[in-house]
Amino acid sequence: MGSVRTAVIGVGQTRHVSARHDVSIAGLVREAALEALEDAGMDFGDIDAVVVGKAPDTFEGVVMPELYLADALGAVGKPLLRVHTAGSVGGSTAIVAAKLVMSGIHKRVLTVSFEKQSESNATWGLSVSMPFSAPLVAGAGGYFAPIIRAYMARSNAPRHIGHLVAVKDRLAALRNPKAHLHLPDIDLKAVEESFLLWDPLRYLDTCPSSDGAMALVIGAEDVADAAPNPSAWIHGTAMRSEPTMFAGRDQVNPQAGKDCAADVYAQAGITNPRDDFDCAEVYVPFSWYEPMWLENLGFCAEGDGWKLTEAGATAPDGDIPWNPSGGVLSSNPIGASGMIRFGEAAQQVRQRAGDYQVELKTGKALGHAYGGGSQFFSMWVVGNEKPA
Amino acid sequence: MSTRDVAVISFAQRTAVNDRERNEVEFIIPVVQEAVAASGLARHDIGFTISGSCDYLSGGPFTFVAGLDAAGAWPPVKESHVEMDAAWALYEAWVAIQTGEVDSALIYGFGKSSLTDVHQLITLQTDPYTVAPLWPSMVDLAALQASALLAEGGVTEADLAAVAARSRRDARANPYAVVSEDVDADALLARPVTHSPLRDADIAPVTDGSAAIVIAAADVAREHCERPAWIRGIDHRIDAPHIGVRDLTASASTQRAGEEAGALQGGFDAAELHAQFSHDEVILAQALGLGGDTRINPSGGALGANPMMATGLIRIGEIFQRINSGEIGRGLAHATQGPCLQQNLVCVMEGE
Repeated sequence: MGSVRTAVIGVGQTRHVSARHDVSIAGLVREAALEALEDAGMDFGDIDAVVVGKAPDTFEGVVMPELYLADALGAVGKPLLRVHTAGSVGGSTAIVAAKLVMSGIHKRVLTVSFEKQSESNATWGLSVSMPFSAPLVAGAGGYFAPIIRAYMARSNAPRHIGHLVAVKDRLAALRNPKAHLHLPDIDLKAVEESFLLWDPLRYLDTCPSSDGAMALVIGAEDVADAAPNPSAWIHGTAMRSEPTMFAGRDQVNPQAGKDCAADVYAQAGITNPRDDFDCAEVYVPFSWYEPMWLENLGFCAEGDGWKLTEAGATAPDGDIPWNPSGGVLSSNPIGASGMIRFGEAAQQVRQRAGDYQVELKTGKALGHAYGGGSQFFSMWVVGNEKPA
Repeated sequence: MSTRDVAVISFAQRTAVNDRERNEVEFIIPVVQEAVAASGLARHDIGFTISGSCDYLSGGPFTFVAGLDAAGAWPPVKESHVEMDAAWALYEAWVAIQTGEVDSALIYGFGKSSLTDVHQLITLQTDPYTVAPLWPSMVDLAALQASALLAEGGVTEADLAAVAARSRRDARANPYAVVSEDVDADALLARPVTHSPLRDADIAPVTDGSAAIVIAAADVAREHCERPAWIRGIDHRIDAPHIGVRDLTASASTQRAGEEAGALQGGFDAAELHAQFSHDEVILAQALGLGGDTRINPSGGALGANPMMATGLIRIGEIFQRINSGEIGRGLAHATQGPCLQQNLVCVMEGE
């Protein structure tokens, strides 16, 4: 952690939908940016630097689109950085922005992430056959399904566990007006009867393809103290990466995720995450990743994640709500999905989560994102009080 | 703001006109290994790892993911990536050291421009609704900028040819240059104009390549490097994307970055400018106030070798090498990306 106390002082996001034909990419990111600036009581002129994140450029067909977005984001004449760390990018981008403030280099940083998936097709954007490498042509779900099957075999989890998460997160999303999917009639039977995509993942076990953007204004302590709305203080940030494939790699419970969690918990004084957090916003793009990440993030012993899910511990009224916003399963503008997790965690500790606000006891929340072949991790801990 | 002293302590690069033999991972491996070995640090003692690359150069998503196989990421590492020239990766690494969280960083950049028609590909950096559908190539856009500069009256085609000729001559001493020749401006002026008003010698060659740098905070740098190149100032700025709203004969973002990096008082023995076109050098030197006592692009610059996504980082590495060898005491490195010099980074470096 740097020497400057740092907080999220503005949060803005678009309403996530399948296709925003009414706006350009620039219009989309600007909506989120303006909402975050308004929350922070600022305008573009107050901002020192801008950090943009998104997933692969093949998703929109624009090379390094932040260049084209410079004026839409008020960045002209300022430093502009573009982060790309696969699916974890939204989280990584928020961390890069936070470090610009923690380091003392800047006081007020705007960070924006987005995906406008309707400009392209993500599954095919992910499935380009590259020279010198085996073509997968499977998209993300095809990649992760065998890893999920390995988890099921390892933990003896019953087959309905994933479906429980699919129902839980969609019902939570009904309280979030910005969520893409609003499925009031969803139940276990509907998920079980939706068509099979990649065994064991059925259609309703997967995230949607969304157009959307997320923006945060991050400020130094003196700026946060003067901000009009409550601050979400950053108590820790961490990133870890490991290679995609090598003999002996545990792809179900990756070491990089465990190391990243241990690092961020140590910074934030978290010793028992299930007790020490009021909620967690965790990157769960396929339903089974809730029990898998419960274990990887140390919310329970290895092999017990599915039992927490089955017992309802992670429901909005459970003892440790996971994804009270509806999560990635309800909104997935890929490059923004990680930052949405980080921003939703901030909104909870700011008590600005509206109808999906959880009760604050410890005042701390976890934001998490992962990407690539479960190999890139970014996490932060935010709290309603200043770090020591 | 008080900053931690940070220095470049090692550098390695590789270039090729058209490397059909190796994939990206294979040509990152030698530069990472060479830079890490030269740094004196063990790989696992380097606190932060970051790369710069462009997915579209390889034609698929996540080019940087395979790069991890070359960088070494087991046990897991603190790692990030920018979809930018790796000079900006070095900036993010410098920020990471400023937070106090890490004391050293490995930075690498790479790109295989030969896999595609890179000049046309870079069109996709422009506004996707109003400009890109017209398919102006990056050379077409640069030619507009050169035309604007010439039309202003102070600069002639002979001046551009002088830049190109000097770069080609200097590139002869650079083993990583892919274009070099003993030539003078008059001889270049006699060659055909290919993208009016530009001639081929005014345009950087398409190049494959990679580069790696290790930077470290003061204590680590002093322990491991006899003559580190201290980063005295580093800043980057961006201009508006639409070339119609900019004064193409100047570079406001370069000037501002130079100001913030403490570069405008001059006194540089050498400057490595990321000029992909001969007129870029004229505009950049003007923006940074570089005078006759500063040797510009002694390596031959990007006109000698232009491995996109690494070219900017190589400018920093070239200045490091000259400081490290004792040849110069103070140098300036510059990196750019985006159509017509849209985004610019300036790094001021000194010996002890």
